[in-house]
Amino acid sequence: MFDYNFHWRPVMKSLPDLLEAASLTLQVAVLAMVLGIVFGLCLALARLHLRGTVYWFATAWVELARNTPALFQLFFFGFGLGAFGLHLSPYLIVLAGLTFNCAGYLAENFRGGFKAVPETQIRASRSLGMTPWQAYSRVVIPQVFRIVYHPITNQMVWAVLMSSLGMLVGFRELSGETQFFASRTFRIFEYFAVTAVIYYAIVKVILLSSRLMAARLFRY
Amino acid sequence: MISIRDLHKYFGALHVLKGIDLDVQKGEVLSVIGASGSGKSTLLYCINGLEAIQDGAVTVDGTDVHAKGTDINKLRQKLGMVFQQWNSFPHLTALENVALAPRIVKGKSKAEAREIAAKQLQHVGLGEKLDVYPGALSGGQQQRLAIARALAMEPEYMLFDEATSALDPELVGEVLDTMRLLADEGMTMICVTHEMGFARDVSDRVAFFHQGVMEEIGPPAQIFGDARSEHTRKFLANVR
Amino acid sequence: MEPTLKFFSGFAPNDLWFMGEAALRTLWISVLSISLGTVLGTLFGWMLYEGRRAATLTLAPVLDVFRSVPLIIQLVLFYNFAPIVGLNLDPFASGTVILTVYTAALVANVARGGIEAVGAPMRRAARSLGLSYWQDLRHVVLPIGGRAVFPSWVGVALGVMKDSALVSVLGYVELLKASQILITRTQEPFLILALAGAFYFALSYPVSRYATHLENRWAQ
Repeated sequence: MFDYNFHWRPVMKSLPDLLEAASLTLQVAVLAMVLGIVFGLCLALARLHLRGTVYWFATAWVELARNTPALFQLFFFGFGLGAFGLHLSPYLIVLAGLTFNCAGYLAENFRGGFKAVPETQIRASRSLGMTPWQAYSRVVIPQVFRIVYHPITNQMVWAVLMSSLGMLVGFRELSGETQFFASRTFRIFEYFAVTAVIYYAIVKVILLSSRLMAARLFRY
Repeated sequence: MISIRDLHKYFGALHVLKGIDLDVQKGEVLSVIGASGSGKSTLLYCINGLEAIQDGAVTVDGTDVHAKGTDINKLRQKLGMVFQQWNSFPHLTALENVALAPRIVKGKSKAEAREIAAKQLQHVGLGEKLDVYPGALSGGQQQRLAIARALAMEPEYMLFDEATSALDPELVGEVLDTMRLLADEGMTMICVTHEMGFARDVSDRVAFFHQGVMEEIGPPAQIFGDARSEHTRKFLANVR
Repeated sequence: MEPTLKFFSGFAPNDLWFMGEAALRTLWISVLSISLGTVLGTLFGWMLYEGRRAATLTLAPVLDVFRSVPLIIQLVLFYNFAPIVGLNLDPFASGTVILTVYTAALVANVARGGIEAVGAPMRRAARSLGLSYWQDLRHVVLPIGGRAVFPSWVGVALGVMKDSALVSVLGYVELLKASQILITRTQEPFLILALAGAFYFALSYPVSRYATHLENRWAQ
């Protein structure tokens, strides 16, 4: 039926390189998520509690991140900043793009999380003599964390999948590396098939460890 | 002693407290009754500084609650508060709920805080529920948990804001019993309540609020038997 | 190339036309894939709901693959796989097939959620009135469940619209690919990216706002 001979050997030979690239994928995704959580938290709090310029800045960030393609955002950090003479390395382009995107999506999750914790929880905490900071860090944030835990997990998966766009801006993470080998050997299908399996495995490991962690973290 | 002098409170243009004067002595149990919106809950919020005031003064043992230099967090340790919505912390067990504030506000050690918490939970009859999360407790149990949580700060005064209003009728009794227990132990209490039986049997004095004004205050026998104000008589006739 | 057209000239009116055409291609492939994918996905969702064990064991893992492998990898894989089985698909056709299946994989979950949202008591009530299984599905489950998950569906549809930018990897000149081509030629990255971004934003932002608005109104 097939008029095609599959050649898996070259792929298997470069498997170590692919796995190393996969660790780079994971690295950039994790870093983008950490930064995304920090920025996302700031954006959410700015949109909830501030007015004026800061509010509009945060809102513009969130809406742009959510309403334009991730690839557009990467292009912006690539060519777009290039227009101002700022040339980021491919690694930084992907990191900045993913961080921008993750922060925007996470900000909305956080905002929802903060809104879901009733104001009366703060009142009750304050009535016990807690400072505003204590009430936030001991009572509100732990509850918000539980609410946004699954969205954060999903966003982590998205960050891994999105990092594959690095291939289009010359970053040799898993997809970029795959393309590099594929175009050298012309075994495009074989290379990308193996890479698909690696991505699938990464995603499953993330989801599984997230579930295991949730079982330990949330007992209520 | 809690003293309130010519207290005025506005929500925007709405004048909710119109010059309240009131003293509550150590050891006294005061019940505050009146229709919803009469300002009685707001009074409690003004006493522990959860709401700002526009005129007058509230002092607790000589400390001005609303003065700039007052350490409100320290003052609030003296003033335990129980809310209509019990507001248990859902992410903590019953024991952790009660132990949290002693630990982080008073700086007690973890072991000490847990000991205090266990003692107070025992006190309100939740000795069997130490490691249960609030989600698995009934409303009445959660409200008793809230009382234990306030008591763990060793307050000198307890403020109850309609502590039984949000409860199913069959759960009201257990919470009132706990409040009665505290009164018998000599706790100073201000109870905003709709439970006329409790107000009559337990309090030393009863205050009736009407449209932001304290219409009248006196011993339960006088308020329930021989109210001076027309408004008080009308209100009592309606609730009974 | 016409002699009048200079390389590295600025942005010409002609280029606007070029981008407009590309934007239409983005719209066309999005509308096509979202429509087909929604029909297919709804069918899958129903199968997942009704099929119980059989569907959970077969269909669910397959759909899961499409959610766990980067879209760009799926596109490259399928584009290079088609000729192996003797199909000669152009980039547009390949892109449409993958975007459709990708949409279907996402919509399947949404659709199942919609059916579950209707709840057994309501359906029992409908059946007790003498409605047949299909009448119940058509007149009770579809309007009520559809309403419950409409905002999620909008989210999926907008996501696919933005992700359609990735079909550019196969050489299909949609909006972002056109922008990239123009940037290389005109060296006006900022202007061109702003135009492309504005197009996506103008499409996505009002629709997502409208969906949120409906969600809030229906939640009351």
